Amino acid sequence: MMSASEWSAKLMPVSAGAAFAHPSLAAVGEVGEGFFKERTEGNLPCQASETHLFCGQWAIDHIDRYVTPTLEQLALVAISVVAGFVIAFALAILGHRVHWLRPPLLAGTGILFAIPSLAFFLLLLPVTGRGNETAIIALTAYTLQIIYRNVVLGLDNVPASARDAARGMGLTSRQILWKVEVPMAVPEIIAGLRIATVSTVAIATLAVFAGGGGLGTQILGEANLKFPTTIVISGVIVILMALLFDAILLIAQRFLTPWRRVRAI
Amino acid sequence: MSAVISFLTPAAYSFGGAFEFIFSEQTSNVTGGNKVGGIDQVLELVATQVEVSILALLLALLIALPVGLYFGHRGVGELVAVGLGNAGRAIPELALIALVAVVIGVGTGTLVLVLAVLGIPPILTNAFTGVRQVDRASVDAARGSGMTELQILRKVELPLAVPSIMQGVRGASVNIIATATIAPLVGVATLGEFILGENVYGENGVLAGAICTAILALIFEFGLAALQRRLTSKGLKLQQATN
Repeated sequence: MMSASEWSAKLMPVSAGAAFAHPSLAAVGEVGEGFFKERTEGNLPCQASETHLFCGQWAIDHIDRYVTPTLEQLALVAISVVAGFVIAFALAILGHRVHWLRPPLLAGTGILFAIPSLAFFLLLLPVTGRGNETAIIALTAYTLQIIYRNVVLGLDNVPASARDAARGMGLTSRQILWKVEVPMAVPEIIAGLRIATVSTVAIATLAVFAGGGGLGTQILGEANLKFPTTIVISGVIVILMALLFDAILLIAQRFLTPWRRVRAI
Repeated sequence: MSAVISFLTPAAYSFGGAFEFIFSEQTSNVTGGNKVGGIDQVLELVATQVEVSILALLLALLIALPVGLYFGHRGVGELVAVGLGNAGRAIPELALIALVAVVIGVGTGTLVLVLAVLGIPPILTNAFTGVRQVDRASVDAARGSGMTELQILRKVELPLAVPSIMQGVRGASVNIIATATIAPLVGVATLGEFILGENVYGENGVLAGAICTAILALIFEFGLAALQRRLTSKGLKLQQATN
């Protein structure tokens, strides 16, 4: 049996570089191409090389290249998390009402969670083709389990006394759900949303494999992979985006749970 | 050039072709009639992916579990343990792998290290919170009956924290298996070889790689779920069942 590396060596005489030349990336317009062109022309702003981790001047000069990929990734994350929240919330309410549905719901969302997003993107290609829809479907599926678990946990953690008091005041089951249980479950729900959102921001970088754009376009590609500056810029933008979403959700939690603020004072 | 052409022609992805690729060798259209795919190569790549994933998971456990248990037992360092878990989620795997390939260099060692780094946050956070959530009354009872701190950790807190710890291990495993797929970027041929080398393996290869990766991830998930059931004490299972 041939070892995998022998296979690669036999099939890829152009060295490991061939593995990077993903056809979907050829048309993206690699950042690194510009870098190597500038270098051969001797116009580089600073002494950057393939081993040079970060070229600040280049980053400042070319930061506009990252605007579109950043917005694409923002959109991917926002749409996927909102869709994931709507579906997972509905499933959790269902599980809250119909107890025997819980194990299958947990197992089903668990399977969707365990399938690596990259594989998920590609498995959808025969069905939905390349594009951001494919990326959004896979990312949405990934968020379901995290949000579902937390909504169920939040609803379960509502003290029975609060429920009893509401029933004693004459509230119907539906009113109890929306006026007592859901508001009291907000901290757990937001905690789930934060985990789901932050993870999705990071994973959406892989959407490039589904042809879904995003910052992955500035990382993958033969020339990009040899140009650390673009990898660093993209990575930092992703992390900042995750922090931004996290902060927004924390602020939302403060507004949605005014009683907690009162207690804090 | 061939890459550009194959981009312009609409790709024909089909599951039938992918399964054919998995089980029998195909003639690659770019390598001058060389055979690619087939069960031999698939198994070879699966073996590599399983090997690096398990190594990384064990390394992550070795580092994160003692630290998480210790801090959980002492009840200190919550900000670090939980904060690290949250920060770890924000790390884009693709950027990390790509950067490490340039900075540290390619190779299995580098890969295992990076994968372990991605596995540490969920295990650490869940070990910490798992131990913290143990009923203080149980710990006090154990201390009152003369157990040493180490005995309390081993015989009371650890068994009660198993579900939470395993939750972390499963999260880490999902991260590690997923990221091991892009390992060809650090020069290790895992199933990602098919996925990243579309110009060599074709659409069928890409899809075959995705199918195998998904199956592998599910096997890990089910295996760890079974392990969790075995490690959970009878009393805890009973308690969970009555809840």
